[in-house]
Amino acid sequence: MSRFLEEPLLFEKDRPGRVGVCLCTKDVPTADAEALLGPLARKELPARLPELSEVDVIRHFTRLSLMNYAVDYGLYPLGSCTMKYNPKINEDVARLEGLANLHPLQDDRDAQGALEILWTLERALCAVSGMDACSLQPAAGAQGEFTGVQLIRAYHEDRADRREVVLIPDSAHGTNPASSHMSGYRVEEIRSGPDGCVDVQALRARMGSDVAGIMLTVPNTLGIFERNIREVCEVVHAQGGQVYVDGANLNALMGITRPGDWGADVMHINLHKTFSTPHGGGGPGAGPVACKAHLEPFLPRPVLVKEDGGFRWDHDRPKSIGKVHAFYGNFLVLVRALAYIETMGGEGLKAASQMAVLNANYLRARLKDHLALGFDGPTLHEVVFCDKGLPNGVTTLDLAKRLIDYGFHPPTVYFPLIVHGAIMVEPTETEPREELDRFVEAVKAILAEAASDPEKVKGAPHEAFRRRLDEVSAARNPVLTYTPR
Amino acid sequence: MSIPGDLRYTRTHEWIRVNGNEGVVGITDFAQSELGDIVFVEAPEPGTAVSAGSPMGNVESVKAVSEIMSPVTGTVTAANEALKDHPELLNQDPYGQGWIVKVTLSAPGEVDALMDAEAYGRYVAEAGH
Amino acid sequence: MRYLPQSPEEIRAMLDVLGLSRAEDLFASVPEEVRLKAPLDLPAAVPECDLVERFIGRSSRNRSLTCRPSFLGAGAYAHFVPSVVNHVLLRSEFYTAYTPYQPELAQGTLQAIFEFQTMMADLCGMEVCNASLYDGASAAAEAALLAARVKKGRKVLVARSLHPAYREVVRTYLGRLDLDVEELPFGSDGRLDLAALKERVASGAAAVLVGQPNFFGVVEDVGAVAGALPEGAERPLLAAVVTEALSLALLEPPGRQGADVVCGEARSFGLPLGYGGPNLGFLAARKAHVRQMPGRLVGETKDHLGRRGFVLTLTTREQHIRREKATSNICTNQGLCMLAAVVYLALMGRKNLRELALRNLSKAEYLKARLKGKGITPLFSSPTFNEFAVTLKGTPEQASEALRKAQMVGGLDLSSPYPEFPRGYLLCATEQTPREAMDRAAEILGGLP
Repeated sequence: MSRFLEEPLLFEKDRPGRVGVCLCTKDVPTADAEALLGPLARKELPARLPELSEVDVIRHFTRLSLMNYAVDYGLYPLGSCTMKYNPKINEDVARLEGLANLHPLQDDRDAQGALEILWTLERALCAVSGMDACSLQPAAGAQGEFTGVQLIRAYHEDRADRREVVLIPDSAHGTNPASSHMSGYRVEEIRSGPDGCVDVQALRARMGSDVAGIMLTVPNTLGIFERNIREVCEVVHAQGGQVYVDGANLNALMGITRPGDWGADVMHINLHKTFSTPHGGGGPGAGPVACKAHLEPFLPRPVLVKEDGGFRWDHDRPKSIGKVHAFYGNFLVLVRALAYIETMGGEGLKAASQMAVLNANYLRARLKDHLALGFDGPTLHEVVFCDKGLPNGVTTLDLAKRLIDYGFHPPTVYFPLIVHGAIMVEPTETEPREELDRFVEAVKAILAEAASDPEKVKGAPHEAFRRRLDEVSAARNPVLTYTPR
Repeated sequence: MSIPGDLRYTRTHEWIRVNGNEGVVGITDFAQSELGDIVFVEAPEPGTAVSAGSPMGNVESVKAVSEIMSPVTGTVTAANEALKDHPELLNQDPYGQGWIVKVTLSAPGEVDALMDAEAYGRYVAEAGH
Repeated sequence: MRYLPQSPEEIRAMLDVLGLSRAEDLFASVPEEVRLKAPLDLPAAVPECDLVERFIGRSSRNRSLTCRPSFLGAGAYAHFVPSVVNHVLLRSEFYTAYTPYQPELAQGTLQAIFEFQTMMADLCGMEVCNASLYDGASAAAEAALLAARVKKGRKVLVARSLHPAYREVVRTYLGRLDLDVEELPFGSDGRLDLAALKERVASGAAAVLVGQPNFFGVVEDVGAVAGALPEGAERPLLAAVVTEALSLALLEPPGRQGADVVCGEARSFGLPLGYGGPNLGFLAARKAHVRQMPGRLVGETKDHLGRRGFVLTLTTREQHIRREKATSNICTNQGLCMLAAVVYLALMGRKNLRELALRNLSKAEYLKARLKGKGITPLFSSPTFNEFAVTLKGTPEQASEALRKAQMVGGLDLSSPYPEFPRGYLLCATEQTPREAMDRAAEILGGLP
């Protein structure tokens, strides 16, 4: 029996008359919708809401789930994603009634438990990052970036200092320029030197009073620590600019070093990366922003305040950039992150970073004689290889797809852009040694296949639920909703 | 790698076929092979003013977007409607049916600064592509 | 450290492979001057049993809506979530999965997204819907940005009757761009003032944003709003912003009434209140505008063996490719929340969803009638869904305190966002609001001051 069953779309299982829920008993008279709403009442029932039984629904989603790879199944060596284990106790605490069933607009007096959770998380993130203040409002890393750049913008405007440009290294993730652009800035690239780090001379030459700030990922997307980080911060500060740190790679640094201590002014943190909250097939994550005191007045409102032995929301924030979220952020995700931090403790977080770097360097040591490194310098929690030397026209993509047949999710490929055919590997600290060894053996086997039987690799995957899919037709003639055939 | 002799080329891999003050513009065989299967072309409307070396549209593959830089200064007189439903023409016939726009040149002398087929061939080879 | 698999021996062995003797040596590339000399200022690790107690304590210090009737809506609506939803969400193949960039390994997630897109587009009366945005407020902002791109225009008109937090998020997103946000007044009927709209669009606008229902729970006549807009190239994009997605089951879809974009918040489909997050934003639009849409899109295709499959598509709109020219910076969205919604909608089906919406309307109408009987009248005479505004006899503060003392959660004070209504109060009733609670609330409010 194949593990995989072909599972139709919900709409193809529609059986009018089937029932999937039992609604609560009615205790008030039924209103006359037509009389009350007139022509505003819906004329037809929605065609695409099929009628199914509870059994149909459970079977459908159980079968769909079996088509997915997941962290609980095996390694995701995805660079810059930090696909670490998602602790189960976090799922339990996030479902406690007093947290899950709390309305955001209830009186602050009735939400003291929730507010204490948020306060404790804010202080913990400040402790890890070396910052003074925090907002938990941004719902994802990209939204955190947008918020952070807005803080910088507000800071300059408050000082009547007009600046137009944000500097971003050529190795940066696409959200960085996108977030800057959304904040009304022009983006200029700063090139990396041969060591993979920001070219400080180039930065010195370019830095000016028209530059609002620089956005840096540290360690960068090559896994390399910016060893001149203090100098970079000084150069930028000397001309009144602000330093933004993209915290996507924070998993390499907890308890080792803190962006606040380098001179960073603001950073965002990806809770769904560093702090173990689940990726959920594309979210929800959370992207809190932590900053130094001089940026605190501009934080999104409301801001959490502790006074008289309790907590309350302070909406009276005249310099605030406004809001990026209707309420306080992805609260139930924040709950999970705090559960993780408290479970690990300060020492545990440091151990996590140490193990993350150990696992990545172990993979690097075992793979470097087989795959060409993208850059030579020392790397921390992730390492980038390139496609140099791949035989017989086998590409990075082919290698990635063939890994699927060996029971792995592929690593990040073709990013960062400055490495040709990049293969970016980040195992995280929650991988046991044998899983790393299994990965190394798979890569070696595939490289051997590339030499002796390249078509096998180029046609991969062969064993997955689906073979390679036609993304060209999907883009040329997008079919984005179901229509019956 | 096809590089027709009667065309002029830019460093950003566009070609132009000039006839007096009229030009036809597209992207080269090299460009289309680098991009892979083209899925969408965003070309300027007739009447749009274009200027040499400035972006005038986009070409998209599944995984990448590339700007189309105008080789010359002038005005767009026509855009290739066939590319809307058949962007693959850019891959199949980049110098013929895959043309992107027709332009009227306001400074025909600009064409002399563009590479001829031989120079473009050397350029592509030398740039280590 | 149960999440760190390697034993001390294994760590030593791995360090040996690297030719290192201590874990510290792994960080030689981090300059000494920035290395932390002291441990992090965080408490020690908490064992699992203590952690559970700690969180139970925190949970119990909240007076949640479990066993406490509530009249709060204002963007977050208390609906019953069938247990099936939670069980599906707890399948680790869903919640511990990554974004579906490698489609061969993620058909489960991709098919669910395609189903979500289909259901939501249909509910909205639109041709295409995206895979989710962070929440309704950011969806409203994205709708404004989409309109500005499509129309290449500067002016964005936002109804003042749109949720105040949504308007603030729109201003935060648009504030530093070359765009002007102007507010449109509402009339004495609580609906968008069409005369004011006509006047403001006359000088050109890229977008008009109107809540449906609006913040007062009033059902707008979207067709009339669309009809008030100029024809041809001058016509701005009309975006209907939905905060209570359940209303889509009972109201004529905005897409069939002339809206160009239907966006907002779908948390009512299977998400817990969760103190306001995570949420489920969405944006539905016309196919003609698909390349300007923000957020992920899943498309149907075939694999090399001709079998149907699903992939992320039109990805060149997104930040990882288009970078500063992207339609949005959004990367991680609200994937698992979207899954909750698909499961919820699959369980409900077309008939029960409408029935549930009708019950919500019925509850609110019942409450309205009871309050009227106590001399508390609605602020507006227009039709409403499961939420409506009243003029209290006393102050909103008194009302909320009195209800709180009676172990209920009161409605929302409208006087702060709308100072012209010093005794304005927003009340919501869903299928979760018991009749006795509504009777009691009417008693209490009727007796104030």
